[in-house]
Amino acid sequence: MNLHEYQSKQLFSQYGIPVPRGVVARSAEEAAAAADQLGGSVWVVKAQVHAGGRGKAGGVKVVKSKEEVIQVTQSLLGRNLVTHQTDAKGVPINAVMVEQGLNIARELYLSALVDRASKRVVFMGSAAGGMDIEEVAATTPEKIITIRVNPVAGLQPYQGRQMAFALGLEGKQVGQMVKLMQALYQLFLDKDLSLVEINPLIVTGDGDLLALDAKINVDDNALGVGRQPEIAAMRDITQEDETEVKAAEHNLNYITLDGNIGCMVNGAGLAMATMDVIKLHGGDPANFLDVGGGATKERVTEAFKLILSSPKVEGILVNIFGGIVRCDMIAEGIIAAVKEVGVKVPVVVRLEGTNVERGKALLAESGLNLIPADNLTDAAQKVVAAVSK
Amino acid sequence: MSILVDKNTKVICQGFTGKQGTFHSEQALAYGTKLVGGVTPGRGGDQHLGLPVFDTCHDAVKATGATASMIYVPAAYAADAILEAADAGIKIIACITEGIPVLDMLKVKAALQGTGVRLIGPNCPGIITPGECKIGIMPGHIHKPGSIGIVSRSGTLTYEAVKQTTDIGLGQSTCVGIGGDPIHGMSFIDCLELFEADRQTKAIVMVGEIGGTAEEEAAEYIKAHVRKPVVGYIAGVTAPPGKRMGHAGAIISGGKGTAKDKFAALEAAGVVTVRSPAEIGARMKEIFAG
Repeated sequence: MNLHEYQSKQLFSQYGIPVPRGVVARSAEEAAAAADQLGGSVWVVKAQVHAGGRGKAGGVKVVKSKEEVIQVTQSLLGRNLVTHQTDAKGVPINAVMVEQGLNIARELYLSALVDRASKRVVFMGSAAGGMDIEEVAATTPEKIITIRVNPVAGLQPYQGRQMAFALGLEGKQVGQMVKLMQALYQLFLDKDLSLVEINPLIVTGDGDLLALDAKINVDDNALGVGRQPEIAAMRDITQEDETEVKAAEHNLNYITLDGNIGCMVNGAGLAMATMDVIKLHGGDPANFLDVGGGATKERVTEAFKLILSSPKVEGILVNIFGGIVRCDMIAEGIIAAVKEVGVKVPVVVRLEGTNVERGKALLAESGLNLIPADNLTDAAQKVVAAVSK
Repeated sequence: MSILVDKNTKVICQGFTGKQGTFHSEQALAYGTKLVGGVTPGRGGDQHLGLPVFDTCHDAVKATGATASMIYVPAAYAADAILEAADAGIKIIACITEGIPVLDMLKVKAALQGTGVRLIGPNCPGIITPGECKIGIMPGHIHKPGSIGIVSRSGTLTYEAVKQTTDIGLGQSTCVGIGGDPIHGMSFIDCLELFEADRQTKAIVMVGEIGGTAEEEAAEYIKAHVRKPVVGYIAGVTAPPGKRMGHAGAIISGGKGTAKDKFAALEAAGVVTVRSPAEIGARMKEIFAG
């Protein structure tokens, strides 16, 4: 789960990580009041959305009068922001953050994440802050400083100093960096984060470190076991894909894609493989959908409804490797679901596992537009043929 | 021979009396697994499925001499269960549970270092040596004792490989589902090493997916150390970058860990790759036909 910048900065403040003074506003009046409250003569108005690349997309504006604060807020609120990280529809701007303007001497990059290769929490820093860090990593990886944290010992002060000196910090900034990284590490552990990113981490005109931006990603598994209720309450579903949210309510794993062939598969790996094989045979998958281990009638019904909620879908491929569940039961589930939902498009069904012959016979006898397939290749060919008619 | 588990392996089940634990313990017993008891804190002294229930893993190991455990404990308590098993001296731990917080697994990995414990999973189907020992949620009947070692990050994709190698008559030595989580126990390399050394295993199927660099590392290992034929498949060629495809592990970020990279690495290591999992059996058959 992602947090908004303002939520991330609230957490930073709780942990003593310096952030600019700022106020969240959900209307132009609130924004004007925020500017008054902050004082000064320069403010930054920032759209609060779950997407990177806000600056380039016009979601962050520096303004020099209260009128401008109001005007920019009005122009942002209520519309969708499209960045290189969103789809063409973008994400809705329901709030802005008004912050004090600051003098910036240097822009750095700092992040912490779980690194699967080293099985450690890893800090990454770069003197090239403010830029697209993936670009830096790809073109000049030597400019990224990596620090691995031993989970038993925790982050040590020397590691903070290592980072500070490597980034060219000096004097009081070194101590500030050590403190900041230790606070960040504690926050990471306490709140079950999977990523925290400060881009840029700035050196102000006064020579102090300060987190100008903040991005936090929380481990969904930790939310799933219910041990972060405060963080869970920060969820903003307006920023998420509507269909994916609905899918999650039914414990279905669904991701919208661009093609016209709906997929319903059990198991994430098999679901990805099914998409690959459809593509291999010239088709285009409309979604990724993992119905999970127990492909019951209820889940299959909900899955069909989700797939058909996209008007683009012209055919559906159901690929279930029954495993311990019996194929005849799955076939009954599919038949009942197709009848209940009123599926009009062709449905190719590939079943495998216990009682597969009985399952196939049930599909054939149902009188519905269900096309049985023998294996994954056969199924992909049949569904591609069915949608290109 | 086989790897890790066989007909003599004494197994306990953690989360024994729960719904999942009960169902899959029944299946394991029906398959012939030497299940000798289980653990449910507070239920020690009870009988369940005709087997003793213990309060702690230590009690269970002391009474039964078990060396392997299968874990069906809910995600919130699974890391604790793994560490309890390890502390009790269990050497093979298959954790089926999905949804364990990542930071829990970081701790588990650090704690298991140097203990000699083989952790399989979490978020995996488990391990099976066909005809001898089934520890996990895989359908037993599609397996057949034989010569192919299978290692996979995905559950149902493992079943695809199993079914096909059964259908062509080769069967399997042992199948290990290493799990889809970013931080997990045994790696591809750990399994490849064991399969290479196992006399029953004549060839290996390796099923990977996008995300991380485990497949690339495995490819390096195969190039240097594996002489047996390997057939490889990677799921997720069409997965869009930055999207999480079910398995927490299956996410491409920063342009790394794409299926294309992984296929290329495997091919450079001499692995026979297939672009569709439906071809695994056919390619394996070709290899054995010479």
